[in-house]
Amino acid sequence: MVNRYLNRALLAGAVLSMLALAPAWAGSKILATSAATQIEGAAGGGLVPWAVIGGYGSEGEWGGAASLTRVGLPDFQLGTAAVHAGVNNRVEFSFAQQTLQVDNLASVLGSPLDGVIEQHVYGAKARLWGDLIYEPWPQISLGAQHKVNLNPAAGTVLGANSDSGTDWYLSASKLYLHALFERNVLLNGTFRYTDANETGFLGFGAEGESDPKFMVEASAGLFLNANWALGVEYRQKPDRLNLGESDWRDAFVAWFPSKRVTVVGAYTDLGKVALWDDQTGWYLSVQINN
Amino acid sequence: MRLMTSIVLVALVAACSTKPTQPTLYERLGEQDGITTIVDNLLYELGGNDTLLPFFAKTDIGRFREKLIEQLCQVSDGPCEYTGDSMAQVHAGMGLNDSHFNALVTDLVAAMDEADVATGAQNDLLSRLVPMYDEVMNPDAYLEPGTASQAP
Repeated sequence: MVNRYLNRALLAGAVLSMLALAPAWAGSKILATSAATQIEGAAGGGLVPWAVIGGYGSEGEWGGAASLTRVGLPDFQLGTAAVHAGVNNRVEFSFAQQTLQVDNLASVLGSPLDGVIEQHVYGAKARLWGDLIYEPWPQISLGAQHKVNLNPAAGTVLGANSDSGTDWYLSASKLYLHALFERNVLLNGTFRYTDANETGFLGFGAEGESDPKFMVEASAGLFLNANWALGVEYRQKPDRLNLGESDWRDAFVAWFPSKRVTVVGAYTDLGKVALWDDQTGWYLSVQINN
Repeated sequence: MRLMTSIVLVALVAACSTKPTQPTLYERLGEQDGITTIVDNLLYELGGNDTLLPFFAKTDIGRFREKLIEQLCQVSDGPCEYTGDSMAQVHAGMGLNDSHFNALVTDLVAAMDEADVATGAQNDLLSRLVPMYDEVMNPDAYLEPGTASQAP
């Protein structure tokens, strides 16, 4: 177990330092318009994937990002190490390694959960039409997230019928200039077609109810200036295991000191996760862009 | 009659005093001097922009500067009339893509930062310029054949 964390930290550290030490070159996108990284690795807010293609690469360019994210909750720690790259502001590829750790296993002896659940998410996204800023209509993108749960025992015990699954989502994002208090406002709406339980940490599907469902996700952000944004997010979730799985929400502060660095801090409310109520806590994500 | 006149006068004065005079964007940009500073800062930014500089190789910079000042003055509700060519005529045949448009916006924001233009006024100006995107990027759709500007 120590080895696993050490390996991940080394891998993430290597990727981050490679990007940070790479020759100074930045894509042409406007500062902050490559968004942050959501927990499954796609460009987006903290919880919700946006129609934005990751990285600062505009037309004829590419751009990449590597990030480390930590969510601290009363009974869990969620960690994500993710990379994504966008090409030609048209397609995005991403990979995320997620770890959900139960803090105090001794106190929950007899629970069906492993101490650690690890999940890999392979993502792809394509911009179908529109532009985030310049055209009257929103930017629309279609994405997929293929998830493989490496510790499916907990989900299986609770009734999930698969250890892997694929989410499909359609997102619309638009930055409205000079929209509210003379500030720029970002709005995003995402429809997700998913059969994941707790985003896959508790497996996929359920006995007798294996059809995926449509879920609604939304984000709103206000840019105080070019470098700082405040926002909120909402992510609806299914409850196919009948555990009272909660919708997720957060309120975030995003800082874009330069095209190289993105930092997002948030207060998150994940509600009831598996058997544990009131999972509210902090969220911190640090991202390096090439 | 005098009472009536007084009431009307008081009402008029009250109406005037309660109506706040919002400064125009032109005023918030610093009027002619401020806009000139922004355009000069922009020229300085463009001079160091390897992506955009080649597009200005044959440009009469003096005329470009004069017309851009005019255009920003008009767009911000100042007392000017833009007398230059249409955006389609100016950008025809350049083969611009989004990376060029983004680079120009980035340079304009830097020029406004350098001129200490407040965030709200910056956003206001950008929101008035962004609708030109389609004409700049697809000039052919706005031009009759053979009407592109020949000499800048």
